[in-house]
Amino acid sequence: MSAGAQTMLKIGGLWKSFAGFVATRDVSFELEAGEVHAVIGPNGAGKTTFFNLITGHLRPDKGSVAFEGRDLVGLPPQRIVRLGIARSFQRINIYPRLTVFENVQVALIAHEGQQWNLFRPGRSLHREGTRELLELVGLAAEATETAGELSYGKQKQLELAIALASQPRLLLLDEPTAGMSPQETSETIASVRDIVKARGLTLLFTEHDMSVVFGIAERISVLHHGEMIASGAPDAVRNDPEVKRVYLGNNAHG
Amino acid sequence: MPPRNQLIASAALVVLLALLPLAGSRYAVDLSTEVLIYALFALSLNVLIGFTGNVSFGHAAYFAIGGYTCAILLTTYRWPLAISLPAAVVLAGLVAAVVGYFCVRLTQIYFAMLTLAFAMLVWGVAFKWKEVTGGDDGFTGINLPAMLTNHVSYFYFTLAVVTVAVAALWMICHSAFGLTLVAVRENSVRTGFIGVDTRRMRWAAFTVAGSFGGLAGALFGMYHRGMYIENAFWTESAQVLIMVLLGGMYSFVGPILGAATLHLLQVFTNQYTTYWPTVLGLILLVIVMVLPDGLIGLVSRVRARWGKT
Repeated sequence: MSAGAQTMLKIGGLWKSFAGFVATRDVSFELEAGEVHAVIGPNGAGKTTFFNLITGHLRPDKGSVAFEGRDLVGLPPQRIVRLGIARSFQRINIYPRLTVFENVQVALIAHEGQQWNLFRPGRSLHREGTRELLELVGLAAEATETAGELSYGKQKQLELAIALASQPRLLLLDEPTAGMSPQETSETIASVRDIVKARGLTLLFTEHDMSVVFGIAERISVLHHGEMIASGAPDAVRNDPEVKRVYLGNNAHG
Repeated sequence: MPPRNQLIASAALVVLLALLPLAGSRYAVDLSTEVLIYALFALSLNVLIGFTGNVSFGHAAYFAIGGYTCAILLTTYRWPLAISLPAAVVLAGLVAAVVGYFCVRLTQIYFAMLTLAFAMLVWGVAFKWKEVTGGDDGFTGINLPAMLTNHVSYFYFTLAVVTVAVAALWMICHSAFGLTLVAVRENSVRTGFIGVDTRRMRWAAFTVAGSFGGLAGALFGMYHRGMYIENAFWTESAQVLIMVLLGGMYSFVGPILGAATLHLLQVFTNQYTTYWPTVLGLILLVIVMVLPDGLIGLVSRVRARWGKT
């Protein structure tokens, strides 16, 4: 860690088990403000559970999660979003029957706390902001389409736009390129990196494509059977004997 | 239809209805009064069903609370209408807020069953609390202001109140609040992750639905000059649910269409046969099998078929 960098997210001794299966085992973790950080690990390593514990979707059995010095354990997702952490989901999680435009518009309404406004017409709000976000993720042309009818890759982009509408300082992307073609993957990653840098966001993401991970991550953490077995700069992680043994070396992840 | 045209169409409908008494048919005026009341009742339920995606099986409770409260305040306590009617709405809303507080902790069938359970409690109170509600004899002889005792003047009163209430519901359903309710309906988990307390949203929708349901009940009681325990029974909850489904729950105007159609069908059926429940069963069958998105859905399908949009 460079001197003077600020710890944004600090996780200590995190545990979570489901009916005896330990999905998160004593995980401690620190994330500096402004870094691009990847969490990798084989399927079932506990990456999504880790995200769910941070964002309030699940409550840890034990341990602490502090965001900018504030304890998040026990807070519901909507409070955590308001503190500045937004996320996307591995499995598409949008409003499939609403238009692309409405998907983002309602997220902006929520961000501004206007969900309690019974008087202002919803459809007239944040039209400019919605357009800007759709342009940013490359969906301006699809604004009036039904979200569920978009291609898989475009639905993933819409996920990103919805997350950005919450104006987070920390963005969590769970497998942002899962199910995408190599072409879509590289486009998406380039666009995510540009957005994160332009907005000064901190990015924590999980990803199975190692070329993506080593292409953009400044730091990498490795989960294996719920345990964080390594965390550090890409080269250090790549050469870590334990990581090599359980993951990188003998696994045909592409 | 663009909003401007919707507004013009609605205004035209209100004007047409206002001219109706000139036709001189008492039957038509009474029937229209009833349809207006049921339309408001169905619209109020649709805030919960269509917009928020929560199927309530106990909406008659708020209808009954509004109806009994207004009736009792007017008659037993001799309060003026200008206070009795708003008080009935407020009480129905308050009870909905209390009941909703518990119901929104559950979802789907469990939510529906809890709304039904609370509604049966309300029915039980109306039945047992004889000295206040009249029990199974009903609460009759409601004391109406003299100017409303004439059926035409009561029709105009209902038309005015329902028009204002429907306009208010339209505004609420199309507001930022209403759009967020749709988001809750479409994907509750995602809506939590954009920073919305979805349980509180559902609670608010429950309260709004109960309040407007109470208003419909108050108008109903005054129209019939009486409230009866059947008005609180679960079959009433089922009937208003069918009105919503028949009209189309994903459209604002659908429930109005459903209420009018179902009520008129009931009135005409009763002229020829006593088998209304059988007819109602057949209607339900048709909705489920061929009209999943209601009459409104049928209208748009026919339009699409003939190349108009």
